[in-house]
Amino acid sequence: MYKIEVEHLTKYYGKNLVLDDVSLSVADHEVVCLIGSSGSGKSTLLRCVNDLVPFNEGVVKLDGVSIHDPEFDVKDLYKRIGIVFQAYNLFPHMTVIDNITLAPKKVHGRKKAESEAHGKELLSLFGLGDFADSYPEQLSGGQQQRVAIVRAMANKPDILLLDEVTAALDPELIGDVLSVIKNLREQGMTMLIVTHEMGFARDVADRVCFLDGGKILEEAPPNELFSHPENPRTRQFLQRIIESGRL
Amino acid sequence: MSLKRPAPPRRAGRTLSAKDKYGPTIISISTVVAVTLIIRAVVIRSSQWPRIKDQFFNLDVIIEVFPKVLHGFGINMAVWIVALVVIAIWALILAFFRSLNGPWFTPLKVFSIVYIDLIRGLPSLLLVLLFGFGMPALRIPGLPKSSLFWGALAMISSYSAYAAEVYRSGIDSVHTGQYLAAKALGLSQVQTLFHCILPQAIRNVFPSLLNLAVALQKDVALLSVLGVRDAVREAQIYTARTFNYSSLIASAALFLVATIPLARLTDYFTKKDRQRRLQGA
Repeated sequence: MYKIEVEHLTKYYGKNLVLDDVSLSVADHEVVCLIGSSGSGKSTLLRCVNDLVPFNEGVVKLDGVSIHDPEFDVKDLYKRIGIVFQAYNLFPHMTVIDNITLAPKKVHGRKKAESEAHGKELLSLFGLGDFADSYPEQLSGGQQQRVAIVRAMANKPDILLLDEVTAALDPELIGDVLSVIKNLREQGMTMLIVTHEMGFARDVADRVCFLDGGKILEEAPPNELFSHPENPRTRQFLQRIIESGRL
Repeated sequence: MSLKRPAPPRRAGRTLSAKDKYGPTIISISTVVAVTLIIRAVVIRSSQWPRIKDQFFNLDVIIEVFPKVLHGFGINMAVWIVALVVIAIWALILAFFRSLNGPWFTPLKVFSIVYIDLIRGLPSLLLVLLFGFGMPALRIPGLPKSSLFWGALAMISSYSAYAAEVYRSGIDSVHTGQYLAAKALGLSQVQTLFHCILPQAIRNVFPSLLNLAVALQKDVALLSVLGVRDAVREAQIYTARTFNYSSLIASAALFLVATIPLARLTDYFTKKDRQRRLQGA
C-alpha cells in the first residue's frame, strides 16, 4: 500500500489550470523529487497533499484513506505530515524553541516540559543546540531553514514535504541543509521534495518526476531520468540546466 | 618629463577644528534666540499687547483658577486612561471579527464592517451629544444616567472604530507565509491569529496606535459640551463670569504638558520601528 496517493488531481487558480489530472504515489520510506520550471505546478501539488490549498477535482489519500473522508481526522493530517517552505516562515516574534513547541503544545496537547525536552533533543541532533533561546532573525538563513525542518519534525510526522528549501539560501549554506535531508532519508522518512538542485535530486531521490504545464510528463529513477530522458520536454529542460552549469 | 606632484599630506585621522565642532550648534542657538527676540520686541511694543496680556496671560487669574482647572484635568486624564484600556480591547475584538473567514463567522464580520463604517462616518461631537444627552433622556431603568459615563462611551465607540482599522492594517501587513506555516502546523484560525499573527501585527502598528492615544488625550475635552466639569468646562465657567480668557490658557498649558511627552514617545517608537524594519530588509 502506498503512503501517499494522489489521484486525478485538478486545480485551478481562477481560470488558470495549474494541475491537470495529476496522479502520483509515494511508498513508505520512499523519497520522490518533483522537478520542473517555475509555474509547472510542483509547489501547488505539494501543498495539495497536506490540504494547504484546496483543489477542484481528484483525491489525496494517506494510507488509502482520502484526507476529505469524514472518518479521516484532520488533526492527524497535520500531525503526520510536516512541511518546510522556501522562505522558512518561522514566527519572528517567538524564540526558536517556542517556534518548535507551539504546535505540539497547542494542537496536540503535549505538556510544555515534555515538548521542550523533545524540541531541544531535536535541535542538538540538527546541530542547533545552542540556539534554543535565540530569535530567528539572529540566525543565518541556513540555520533558520534547519530550525524550520526541526519545527516540521516536532510533531513526529512520518511524511515530510519540502518546498524548494534551499532556493533562498546562499550557496555555501545549502550543503548544511541538504545533508540534514540526506540524514532524514537514512532514518526512513517518507519525503516529497520540490527542488531545483538536480545534483541533490540525483543523490537523494528514489524517483524523480518531471512536471510541465501542470502534468507529470516523465517519472523515473534518477539515473534513468537524468541520463536517458525520454520526453523531449524533459530533455530540453535538463539541457538548459546543464548549459547553466547546475548539473 | 614626468610631472610629479607631491602627495597630499596624510593625516592619521580627521580632527575637527573648533569651528567645525561647535559652528552648527552656535548658529542654531543664535538664530533661534535672535528670531525670538525680534518677535518679542514686535509683540510687546505693539499698542495692543497690554490688553492681550491681561485677557490671555493674566497671572493672577491663572493662579486663582488653577486648582479647579487642575481638578477638571484630572477628570480628563481619568476618562482618557479608562477609554484607552477599553478601546485597546474593543478595537482588537472588532478587528478580530473582521479578519475572520468562513461562513459561520459572517454575522460577526458584517457587524464589524457596519460598525466601523457607521462610526467612522460620524463626527465625534455628534456621537458625544447623541450618547450624552440622548441616552439619559430615555430614562430606561437600570441604565446609568451620568453624562460622564455616556460621553466616555461615545468617545470609546468612536475611537475604537479607528483603532480597529489600525489593528486591521497591522494584521494585513503580516506575510501570508505565516498563515501557511500556522495552518500546516495544524493551528486553528483563532489560534493562528492569537499566537502568530496578532503579536506581529500589534508590533507593526504600535506607533500608529500611540498616535491615536495622543489624539484621544485632547478629544476627551469634547465631554465638556455635556456639562462634565473637566478642565475645559471649568475654564469656560470662569470665562463666562469674568470675560477673561486666561483660564482657558491655563487648561491649554495642562493639555500641552500631557500631550507633548507622549508625542515624543510616539516619535521614539516610530523611529525604533523603522530601524527594525530596515534591519529586517
